Amino acid sequence: MESFLFYLFALTALLAAVNVLIQRRVFYSAISLIICLTALSGIYMILDSPFIAAIQVIVYAGAIMVLFLFVIMLLDPFSATLLRDKKKSLAYFAVLLGICGIALLYQLLKSYDLARAPRSPAGLTGSMGSIRHIGEVLFEGYLLPFEMTSILILVAIIGVVVLAKRKT
Amino acid sequence: MEILHYLILSALLFTIGAIGVLLKKNIIAVFLCIELMLNAVNLSFVAFSHYLNQVDGQIIVFFVMVVAAAEAAVGLAITIAVHRTRQSLNVDDADIMKW
Repeated sequence: MESFLFYLFALTALLAAVNVLIQRRVFYSAISLIICLTALSGIYMILDSPFIAAIQVIVYAGAIMVLFLFVIMLLDPFSATLLRDKKKSLAYFAVLLGICGIALLYQLLKSYDLARAPRSPAGLTGSMGSIRHIGEVLFEGYLLPFEMTSILILVAIIGVVVLAKRKT
Repeated sequence: MEILHYLILSALLFTIGAIGVLLKKNIIAVFLCIELMLNAVNLSFVAFSHYLNQVDGQIIVFFVMVVAAAEAAVGLAITIAVHRTRQSLNVDDADIMKW
């Protein structure tokens, strides 16, 4: 059952990702990417990470992609001329390079010995991905980075306002 | 399920995203492919977090999402600025800083 679900979600994510590449209109690419992100959220559920799965849907597929769609609609993609992708020969070359990269990565991944990697004591297994456990770790070990992300977001907000403001 | 399955899916998604960044001409499409690459990395973080029984991977995914949100907002503002000054979304039109 678990592997059936994994292959279902993995196939959906891969097809949607390829569709992001081959669509000419950016709008359809964005919709396709939303499908891909939602499928990845399903895979996070298989991996016992309900918190990550939830914020994947809420923050990524929700907030960030809606921001993308807002900007796409703002710039009116349907009346603009279609941009052709770069040369066909270059596309085949890129795919070839990608296949070579995957082949190299496959060797690397296969030689990785998971059994000898450091791991936590097994006592935490039951509640590993629970919101409570993540909250405890986040606000004890990662408090400073957490506070710094708030500064990062503040800087991003100010930067966006300055960048997108109409010059008068 | 072995961890290898998740890592291969992650590598495939990352490669598709990288190919898109290299091939796409529309600025927003390039951004979408960058988001795809970020998600591929997130997937391998969560897979390792699950198989090593350590929650730190999920915390890092949380931070990656925060940074991705900030990056998307700033990037889209830059896209709007480029569109306003050049009336075009073609990445080849914004090449003043290329050399």
